[in-house]
Amino acid sequence: MTTVAVPRSAPEPLVRSGPARTPRSERRAGVLLSAPFMIVYLLFLVGPLLVGIVLSFFNTTTVKNGLGSFVGWSNYAKVCQDPLFWQAMWHSVLFTLFTTPPLVVLALAAAVLAGRMRRGRVFYRIAFFAPYVVPSSVVALIFLWMYTPQIGLFPKVFSALGLPVPDFLGSTPGGWTAVVLMTLWWTFGFNFVLYTAALQDIPGDLYEAAALDGAGPWQQIRMITVPMLAPTTSLVLILQILASLKVFDQIYLLLGGGPNQSTRPVIEYIYDTGFTSYRGGYGAAATLVYFLIIVAVSAAWYGLRKWRTTSSAA
Amino acid sequence: MSGTMARRRFLGLGGGLALTAGLAACSTPLASGLVGAQPNTADVIFWNLFTGGDGANMVLMEQDFRRTHPGVTVEATILGWGNPYYTKLALATASGTPPDVGITHLSRLPLLAASGLLTPIDRTGLPELGVTADHFTPAAWQKATLDGTVYAAPLDTHPFVLFYNADLARKAGLLNAAGDGLKPMKGAAQFLDAVKAMKEASGQYGAVMSITADPSTAWRYFSMVYSGLAGPIVTDSGTRISIDDAAMEESFAFVQSLTKAGLMPKELNGSGANALFSTGKAGFLFDGEWQIPSYRLVKGLNFNVVPFPALLGPRPVAYADSHALVIPHDPQRSAARTANAARFIKSLLDDSAVWAHGGHVPAWLPTQRSKAFLSQSPQRNYVQAAFNAQYDPSAWYTGAGSDFQNTVGATIIEALGGGISPRHATAAIRADLKRYTTARPPVTMK
Repeated sequence: MTTVAVPRSAPEPLVRSGPARTPRSERRAGVLLSAPFMIVYLLFLVGPLLVGIVLSFFNTTTVKNGLGSFVGWSNYAKVCQDPLFWQAMWHSVLFTLFTTPPLVVLALAAAVLAGRMRRGRVFYRIAFFAPYVVPSSVVALIFLWMYTPQIGLFPKVFSALGLPVPDFLGSTPGGWTAVVLMTLWWTFGFNFVLYTAALQDIPGDLYEAAALDGAGPWQQIRMITVPMLAPTTSLVLILQILASLKVFDQIYLLLGGGPNQSTRPVIEYIYDTGFTSYRGGYGAAATLVYFLIIVAVSAAWYGLRKWRTTSSAA
Repeated sequence: MSGTMARRRFLGLGGGLALTAGLAACSTPLASGLVGAQPNTADVIFWNLFTGGDGANMVLMEQDFRRTHPGVTVEATILGWGNPYYTKLALATASGTPPDVGITHLSRLPLLAASGLLTPIDRTGLPELGVTADHFTPAAWQKATLDGTVYAAPLDTHPFVLFYNADLARKAGLLNAAGDGLKPMKGAAQFLDAVKAMKEASGQYGAVMSITADPSTAWRYFSMVYSGLAGPIVTDSGTRISIDDAAMEESFAFVQSLTKAGLMPKELNGSGANALFSTGKAGFLFDGEWQIPSYRLVKGLNFNVVPFPALLGPRPVAYADSHALVIPHDPQRSAARTANAARFIKSLLDDSAVWAHGGHVPAWLPTQRSKAFLSQSPQRNYVQAAFNAQYDPSAWYTGAGSDFQNTVGATIIEALGGGISPRHATAAIRADLKRYTTARPPVTMK
């Protein structure tokens, strides 16, 4: 590369003080490089979002052409007054509360343990990550069989041990247990991979030094591994919260939102009203309420992180 | 410097080539997609939602049409069953690119018809081909009618029926003298006795059905029981709740009497019901006749299918739905295409003995009375159910796989599990329905 040889008269300041002056060719390259993403982004994210905002003010239906009659804010008012919407929203939050802590802690524990393996490390990495690659429909099918009352693996094991058989698919606590267990098994591989990658960035001499100072394995994990992984944990946590809030497929496939809609997440509520009942405008309003909540959670998280970094830097 | 240039030129060239190739490859569908026209890839474009056994039968019927009409090409597209199918059918028709022929459940017809998405049968040329009221099961034809206009040619009736294990029925002493059916029974008490006898014969359960996480099946079952006593639960196109409280409480008490006594499990899903009935651990199975093909495959299972007897009330009722053939509304469709569509529909009706292999009762009377159908067993045993068919009440929110079935079905599942009393279940159904009767309908229906 020729640029390496160019002598510099003075070191450039790290933070640009004056107005930005990027060369024209670089600007063009920037536009060209981001164009494919921007087109897709505008076409499939911003566009539908704008259409959704417009739809939410009309009594639009999916069975008729056009927007339908203008109804103003009444779709929003009805969504906010519908107890089933808030119930569904609570179910999404509940699912997040049930799944996020174990998914973070288990992934960390498994990554640390797999990292300490002397033999077969690759096997454990693959074994822990493999379920994540399986499509949710397949996972749901397998677990549905295991949970099936009377004939499934779980009920049989429970009754063989002489324990009361939980109703995994037909009762609310059973349903939550069923879907949380399945989700743990299925998705914890992703966080596991993030942690495994972050673990490899921790320099080995830190452990060596700690060992020389007489730190045992548990102390090493507590004093070195966990603090060094803090940025990863923060990332894993927000990704997991957002992923859990967006839950739909596993609950839909395993329980259909039942029993008695007691596990129906908010996305299934939107799906049910928007597609099953053809109430497009109403569904759009519900989507936007939910969208705002997700954005608020992300913004709060971002703000919290920023505040923490600035306050710790000061 | 020259290295960068070469790379950039290479990238530009490659990108350009890829773009041209891509455009060329999809120019025809892309162009027709942009101008919003349906590409006329065949003379008859047919959309349906059949996979598995039904799908295979439908393919046979399409092939029969191709054989008998060599000049007419047919392109059949199979879409995902249920809401994905209806969403696509509605959106495609509303935006002016519908198929020539589509399938719909009759329970879903009122909304599609009220939205102006369907061509009335009168204007399709079908009556001229002999597709008229007198050739159809009356209940199905009536359900295809909205405000006096017929919008669909019913292909079948698929009722909720009673499966029984013939060996266990013999052991339980329930078979008639000829051994080809059940002894006649009538009323809740006699039915209960039969289920008890089956429980003794099987040693485990008298009857099974898919309950857990299956609101549609729960609704079909309950709707059948309740319809023996009272009329539809909503009237006036779904704007008014018309529940008969006493009848509904009695119906809930009856369905609970089976689960509470342990004659049937309180919780069981479809695979569980299948496993228990297939292995002779349950004498009766309550399900749709469309399950026949899957039980045929079970080795050593000797079963039969009959309509449900009268349970509550004087006459038997069969909860049912129908697949029907429709010509979606398209102002641009040429007369020649419409004529081909009508010939295709007529051919499917004439060929519906093939369709009956999937368990369905043909709605087309010439087929229903033909030898080709009457030689099919157990299909011929429950033809009467098509005449006693009770469909979903007519409303914008009802129908196969609808949100309504999910909501009301969930309450029924809770009642079947013994979680709520008949009185509370009735109140819960009222509350469920109130959501729909007070919501703003997507389409106004007369």
